[in-house]
Amino acid sequence: MSEPVIEVRGLTRRFGSLTAVAALDLTVAPRTIYGFLGPNGSGKTTTVRMLTGLLTPSAGEVRVLGLELPRDAERLKRRIGYMTQKFSLYDDLTVVENLRFVGEIYGLGRRAARQRIAALLSTYALEPLRDRRAGQMSGGQRQRLALAAATIHEPPLLFLDEPTSAVDPQSRRDFWERLFDLVDAGATILVSTHYMDEAERCHRLAILKDGHKRADGAPAELMAAMGARVVEVEGSDLRALKPQLAALPEVLSAAQLGSRLRVLIHDRIPDPVAWLRTQTLDPMPTHLALVHPSLEDVFVTSTGDAPA
Amino acid sequence: MNGLLLSVRRILVILTKELIQLRRDRTTLGMVVMIPLIQLVLFGYAINTNVRDIPVALVDQSNTALSRVLAQAVEATQVVRFTERYAEIPQAQEAISAGRVRAALIIPGDVSERIARSGSVSPRLEPPPATDGPTSRPVAQWLVDGSDTMIAAAIKGLRSMPLAELLRKPANRMTPTFEVALFFNPEQRTAINIVPGLVAIILTMTMVMFTSAAIVRESERGNMEMLINTPVRPIELMLGKIVPYIGIGIVQTAIILTLGHLIFDVPLDGPLGALAATTLAFIGASLALGLVLSTIATSQLQAMQMTVFILLPSILLSGFMFPYEGMPVPAQYLAEVLPVTHFMRTIRAVVLRGAGLHEVAFDTLWLVGFMLVGLVVASLRFKKRLD
Repeated sequence: MSEPVIEVRGLTRRFGSLTAVAALDLTVAPRTIYGFLGPNGSGKTTTVRMLTGLLTPSAGEVRVLGLELPRDAERLKRRIGYMTQKFSLYDDLTVVENLRFVGEIYGLGRRAARQRIAALLSTYALEPLRDRRAGQMSGGQRQRLALAAATIHEPPLLFLDEPTSAVDPQSRRDFWERLFDLVDAGATILVSTHYMDEAERCHRLAILKDGHKRADGAPAELMAAMGARVVEVEGSDLRALKPQLAALPEVLSAAQLGSRLRVLIHDRIPDPVAWLRTQTLDPMPTHLALVHPSLEDVFVTSTGDAPA
Repeated sequence: MNGLLLSVRRILVILTKELIQLRRDRTTLGMVVMIPLIQLVLFGYAINTNVRDIPVALVDQSNTALSRVLAQAVEATQVVRFTERYAEIPQAQEAISAGRVRAALIIPGDVSERIARSGSVSPRLEPPPATDGPTSRPVAQWLVDGSDTMIAAAIKGLRSMPLAELLRKPANRMTPTFEVALFFNPEQRTAINIVPGLVAIILTMTMVMFTSAAIVRESERGNMEMLINTPVRPIELMLGKIVPYIGIGIVQTAIILTLGHLIFDVPLDGPLGALAATTLAFIGASLALGLVLSTIATSQLQAMQMTVFILLPSILLSGFMFPYEGMPVPAQYLAEVLPVTHFMRTIRAVVLRGAGLHEVAFDTLWLVGFMLVGLVVASLRFKKRLD
């Protein structure tokens, strides 16, 4: 395996008495999409800001693209792209003006900038919007513009901080297609999110909670190794059944999904369905079935909490 | 060399962006022209230090033909106007307390006698000795609301008004102690002094205001997080931000001086080179000051408050309203810190007195120095980090 793009040991950041990120270890391999999954306030944005050199870590070692942070922060800036959580281009400039601004700030020559902007406009379907002001565009359009601007200088490493929080599902799918295109072209992407479906698309994933890393691995590995099994329960009065199930020590969590309860049972119980049948519950469940775990189940078992 | 070229290009990019944003902000663009236009016309006409027609009361205890002529003679000076007449002194005092009049003239019952004996009427070669009781008694008395010193001074100016014509006598020959020749503004019109000063005040206001918001606005709108992630250097950002406003400052100066010349006959005597040099230096200093404020403020509202904080002493201490020389020495030192004090001196010197570049060199260089220090401070204070 080649040299990791991001290597972090013991990364910590404190704001006064609050520890936003605690002793984080990370390794991100090249040409992968690495996800940070966590609820709001779990330290995702703080970590991204430290990795881009915007925040100075309180402790820990950070190497990004072979550069030591925070010492080499300025040199790193030319080689990374950063798409902020909040839209950070100019609302009162048009699509082309925004791209030209960012391109020239990164030192692209006039001709190179023109070619690059033309390519980006077509890749991100912005051609018909080229003279539209950013402030008048929809969430999905602004997000495509932001990604175009973040990649205008073709950075080998891209940071995306909750990139799809203001975007409809269809735009989100298209957006991820573009991300896989970028990885295919050689880029490494670090993306933070609190959407399960998005996290599931990542090559590798770290689950953050209160600044601590609770799990790290490929989504499929995480699901296989989660230490619990999932039983779907059907019954007449699910609202009454749920607290009874949740009170059992072997049950890690019970959450209602439409007309079913999704119950996570610790894997020290060899046959969870049979075990559930032996419990005294009122009303008794009408139907029990063992199902495949989802990433949400991984999230719940690793954080001990419902996702945000 | 390549690095410098890239640097210049980044400055140009930021500058272009500022110009585009400015062009689309119609309200701000309108203010660039309307602020100097309206304020020039308003203040040029309104501000007048030659006090006239002060409303005063008359208490005529003598009520003779002579006392009426005396009152008329006082009114004929145009300094005061008798708006109230009272029989008793307490009524007049009450009117002063209530603010209906600024002063009251009390003409005593024996005014005829007093006038007859008064030194200002009887022709003598030598003034009467101070011990000579009857002749040293004044003719009448003014009760003045002395809280406004300018009004009080105007009425005090009436103290030695000649009375000879009251008695249809030829006026005494008056030999003033000094002869005074008034240069540069012989008609003593206030607008002559106000208009160049207005250039300094309006430039202070608009230049500091524009740039004090410049950096904060980027942070408030969320653009800063993108900008600090790019290779742009703080000094490049600062320069790119102030250069467009230099043009605006020049436009405003041109509007005020041209209209001042056309409407208020303010001379434009000085060499254009000196005017341009000192004005550019002041614009630069004000913009740099605004940038420093912009790195301190955390919101546009705070930036606005800081601008006002700078603007008030600029108006009151710079010599625009009150003579610099009249201030106590510590206040003068304080005023020296403000760029506007220096510019107030140089622009009046160039516009009104036709001073050349070498005569305003010291203050102009001081302004250039202020600008450089301001730019360095703003660049150092500006951190490309969020902590």
